[in-house]
Amino acid sequence: MSGFFDIPSDLQHSWAGLIGLHLREALIPVAAGLLLALPVAQLCGRFRWLYPPVLGMTTVLYAIPSLAFFVVLIDYTGQTELTVMIPLALYSLVVLIPAIVDGVRAVPPETLAAATAMGFGPLRRYTQVQLPIAAPAIIAGLRVATASSISLVSIGALIGNQGALGNLLAAAQKYDRPELAVNSVITMAVLAILCDALLVLLRVLLTPWMPRGTRQGPAARPEPYGAGSATR
Amino acid sequence: MNILDFMNAFFSDSAHWHGYDGIPQRFLEHIRYSLLALAIAAAIGLPVGLLTGHTGRGGNALAFIANAARALPSFGLLVLVVLLIGFGLLPVMIPLVVLAVPPILVTTYEAVRTVDPSPVDAARGMGMRESHILFRVEVPVALPLILSGLRSAAIQIVSTATIAAYVSLGGLGRYIIDGLYQRDYEKVVGGATLVAALALVTLALFWAAGRLLVSPGVRRR
Repeated sequence: MSGFFDIPSDLQHSWAGLIGLHLREALIPVAAGLLLALPVAQLCGRFRWLYPPVLGMTTVLYAIPSLAFFVVLIDYTGQTELTVMIPLALYSLVVLIPAIVDGVRAVPPETLAAATAMGFGPLRRYTQVQLPIAAPAIIAGLRVATASSISLVSIGALIGNQGALGNLLAAAQKYDRPELAVNSVITMAVLAILCDALLVLLRVLLTPWMPRGTRQGPAARPEPYGAGSATR
Repeated sequence: MNILDFMNAFFSDSAHWHGYDGIPQRFLEHIRYSLLALAIAAAIGLPVGLLTGHTGRGGNALAFIANAARALPSFGLLVLVVLLIGFGLLPVMIPLVVLAVPPILVTTYEAVRTVDPSPVDAARGMGMRESHILFRVEVPVALPLILSGLRSAAIQIVSTATIAAYVSLGGLGRYIIDGLYQRDYEKVVGGATLVAALALVTLALFWAAGRLLVSPGVRRR
């Protein structure tokens, strides 16, 4: 009798191992996306004409189905984790760039003027004034990108065992064990919810000046969705 | 061979333009699945979003449900439903609808809730019925945001409907999945290009709908 947590040995991982792998494949791209989005968003904020074409380009990238993206990349990066992570990082840009641009733009001009008057240079003004005030918007974007990334890793199962927990879905079909699919879906959902909760906690820690009781998650804000974005 | 060569090879092969596995046929199938999923999602998301947005109640519950739905992986859900109830159109619709309801629901709620309260109060003072206030005052003002929720749902559906091919249904995902198994990258790239093109057409349609439906007075702001 095979149980809920008995993972077929051809996956070469335990349940916990798959979770670790899944988190790595899902979260590294979001972090990379953030690192890439910060300077790009800064440029878009500085040169306004740049914003629409950048947004259009990320939307087109986002419209490419992940599976097709993986398959095309196999030629260059092989059947590796990198093949899964590159598209996920690019997808996250479509949420993160608008979130950062909107967040930074929403900083009141008086605040910026005050910082300038206090002798803040552009870099210090950006990192110590604009980014902290934009933090709730940026984290709202990160929440959408993270949930989406965790879900999309599973498609990597279709290009040869690169889907971490998603590989359980393939195994469920191969060995006709639906409980593996249940395990996979539930574990992924729980991971997404836990990461989401951690990001909310991070926002509370990063913005000590904000009232604790207010809900400002992306689910209560239209921007991340309005940007033509989100989960898949 | 780079991607442009693949695209050229795929689209110039006349065999891809005819018959059961032809581009027009696959395109129509894809549009059919996408429209059906969007219609179901809108039928669920719009009324609930309008009602909760109008009354301003249930926002937290809504946010919770939307977050929970977003945590469910589409592909995993598809495989699971197929294992449980077998192949067919329904197993494909379930993940697509679960995917599309949260953006519609949340944006509609937020759009109606954030409508400027003074015209709403004025309408109430003039003795308009609640349903009239909702449809004649709040919805026209909230329409741009409501449309943006529908638009992002539609784009996600279009690019995710490719998973229908994984459970033996047609659509543009057919090229991607078949190309993957046949190691025929032309097909994969061709399929991906068609999906991306359809997503762009969807964007354009929503832009046009916005121009047509949104009242000029609202648009000017």
